Amino acid sequence: MLLVNRYKCGYCGACVGVCPAAALELVETWIEVNDDCISCGRCTKICPLGALELTKEAQA
Amino acid sequence: MKCDLVVVGAGPAGSMTAKVAAEAGLNVVMLEKRQEIGDPVRCAEGVSKAALRELVEPDPVWVSAEVKGARIRAPDGTEIVISEDRAGAEVGYVLERKVFDRALALDAAEAGAKVMVKTRALGLLEEGGVLTGVSAQFVGESLKIEAPLVIGADGVESKVGRWAGIDTALKPKDIETCAQFLLLDEGIDDEYCEFYLGNEIAPGGYVWSFPKGQSIANVGIGVLGSKANSGTPVMLLREFVKKRFPEGKILEMMVGGVPVSGPIETTTADGIILVGDAARQSDPITGGGIINAMRAGVLAGDIAAELVPKGEVDKTSLQVYEKRWRETIGKSIARNFAVKEFFVDLTDDDLNRLTHSLDGIDIAQLDLRGLLKVLVRQNPKLLLKLRHLIV
Ligand SMILES: Cc1cc2nc3c(=O)[nH]c(=O)nc-3n(C[C@H](O)[C@H](O)[C@H](O)COP(=O)(O)OP(=O)(O)OC[C@H]3O[C@@H](n4cnc5c(N)ncnc54)[C@H](O)[C@@H]3O)c2cc1C
Ligand code: SF4
Ligand code: SF4
Repeated sequence: MLLVNRYKCGYCGACVGVCPAAALELVETWIEVNDDCISCGRCTKICPLGALELTKEAQA
Repeated sequence: MKCDLVVVGAGPAGSMTAKVAAEAGLNVVMLEKRQEIGDPVRCAEGVSKAALRELVEPDPVWVSAEVKGARIRAPDGTEIVISEDRAGAEVGYVLERKVFDRALALDAAEAGAKVMVKTRALGLLEEGGVLTGVSAQFVGESLKIEAPLVIGADGVESKVGRWAGIDTALKPKDIETCAQFLLLDEGIDDEYCEFYLGNEIAPGGYVWSFPKGQSIANVGIGVLGSKANSGTPVMLLREFVKKRFPEGKILEMMVGGVPVSGPIETTTADGIILVGDAARQSDPITGGGIINAMRAGVLAGDIAAELVPKGEVDKTSLQVYEKRWRETIGKSIARNFAVKEFFVDLTDDDLNRLTHSLDGIDIAQLDLRGLLKVLVRQNPKLLLKLRHLIV
């Protein structure tokens, strides 16, 4: 599952631009993640602030 | 609500489209999901003076500073200096985007466009397979806006194209992931934009310092997505600032992503035109996107004004947009993409060698293209692959 650290996020939309599943949306200062996320991890590597993290499904 | 044209996004691309289309008589509605246009800023704010002047009359209210030129620093510290004035280089003005973006939206409003803030497009409306407008959320309430043509000017996080079946998702190698501080430091050069190259400083990108006057500058970094890891940009920027401006005071910080994908396959669909960052029209070498976004906006606004009254908004009719932007801004975007693909794999030694090869050559008056020409001439072997691009 994708976790967004809202205290770190700089609401820039870079993650939204790279998501191959169009699972992310930037709404003012927060990032929404929908069910289309395929846990590919692309967004976590792109985030300039390191605000995104993929956790194992078991923890979800 | 009904209109002739919906523009999604009120950045430079959207506002120029809305302005040009409204001036030509279309009934235009421009949506902006943020409550404040232009804020938070995602930009280093550097533009070419000459190019900007062709699009809008410069206003001291949104010009923070004028620079004399650019300094490019190789990994070993060797410097190249390029002057701005003669050749219309890539830099010249450093803007105040918060004010600039709002001024462009104001121009659109004054031309007759309806501007709606805190209004987010949610998807496309369709009837019998034909696009009929967008669904949106206006301050939390749902809203339908009917129009035969929708302009996607929704920036790096663009969805309009995706809704219409255009895959605009950026691969990691096609985006620069960026961080920036507004920095106060005695060591800031108020007269020159600075670029620092090097694989340790900024893998596949560069560090910049764009002065805003009085020892304040946008000091930022772009790292190629494929060479970045979670949080790399802000970490490397902190390291750079610690070394170069140890006493520097950080007054603001921001992050962002810039498309460096080069021209994408298609930027139109039935009833849809993409402009600016949404169409991935930013420059793959510099990451500059303001001018291209504005130019594309002018083209799209003109074309909308021409085709909407005739009811010709299917993909085939919209090919005129593809043709016009690819023949103009598209040419340098395509060339610079190829150059970028080559440059991101150069070692620091290569970068140093290239810089040294300019020793004793007067390059002060060259623009980016001219500089590349000289580099290819001086380094025929190293830059063999670029020869066919630079003519
Ligand atoms: C760190 C950084 C530094 C940069 N430095 C420079 C530079 O020095 N010079 C330069 O020329 N360029 C620079 N750029 C690039 C430049 O900022 C962009 O190319 C430019 O802003 C593109 O304009 P645009 O109108 O296409 O998109 P944007 O300015 O991004 O505007 C898009 C707008 O659409 C809105 N939007 C998105 N989705 C929706 C929706 N669903 N509904 C309603 N509204 C929506 C957004 O909120 C936004 O306001 C930089 C970019 C970054 C990230
Ligand atoms: S890339 Fe990172 S900082 Fe930017 S919006 Fe996404 S989570 Fe936030
Ligand atoms: S992990 Fe992949 S699919 Fe999920 S939100 Fe991030 S980029 Fe999109």
